[in-house]
Amino acid sequence: MKIKGQRVALDDLDWQILRLLQENAKLTYTEIGNKLDMAHSTVYDRIQRMEEHGIIKKYRAVVDLEKAGLQQIMALMTIYTEPKESEHIANKLAKFSEVLELSSSFSEELVINAKVVSQDQPKLHAFIAHSIAPLPGVLRIRTSIITKKYKEETSQPLL
Amino acid sequence: MTVSPSRFLRNVLREEAFYFFTSIGNYTGQSASSLDEFLLKIKEVNIKSLEFHLYREDFEKWIAQTLGDAKLAEDIKGLRNLKVVGNALRDRLYFVVSRRLKDLKSMLQPSK
Repeated sequence: MKIKGQRVALDDLDWQILRLLQENAKLTYTEIGNKLDMAHSTVYDRIQRMEEHGIIKKYRAVVDLEKAGLQQIMALMTIYTEPKESEHIANKLAKFSEVLELSSSFSEELVINAKVVSQDQPKLHAFIAHSIAPLPGVLRIRTSIITKKYKEETSQPLL
Repeated sequence: MTVSPSRFLRNVLREEAFYFFTSIGNYTGQSASSLDEFLLKIKEVNIKSLEFHLYREDFEKWIAQTLGDAKLAEDIKGLRNLKVVGNALRDRLYFVVSRRLKDLKSMLQPSK
């Protein structure tokens, strides 16, 4: 890993370490070293530096909530807004714990996309009706409730 | 203790307004902050929205709990029990609310 001013440049070994950790964050330095044919101290050093520079943000467990007995519903929301209020609305939405992902996109008009979680449909509706619809600048909302997941990646592939 | 009709006719805060949806999470962009505005929206909103809210009892709850008008809430409950849908629902709902609005406004007129 090389640091050029504010930018960090990763080499092939760093990328290989990241790929292995994305697959299994519980791998030890020795296990990673064995897979990549390098000393565990080198692996340790590289991981430490990537953590320090915020390239590795955190390690977390991916929980299967259904197996854990937690009933939840997920929904995808498209929020149409007045353009000048879009940023303000997005900042407000980001503060709700129900909002898992948030982005803006543009096709025919600028919209905010949000993935939200709730215990059930009445609670989802109450959240949207009482917390999102009243935000100034919200023009209309389209919501789809996710009925089945065919694929879910928890991390972005390092192509 | 009698409640002044002006309480039922007041404008409520943005957070207390009625927001019209056509189904779970699908907001039409239409809202009402007073009974007067609610009446106007009955004529404008998608009929699916009126059906959605009537049979979820949302109208009764908002009118009783937010505006405080138990009489109108009871009238709307009666409408729900008739199980009307479509434009018949729009017309009947408009009639019930406009009749109540007229009564409330006449109560505000100084007696001669």
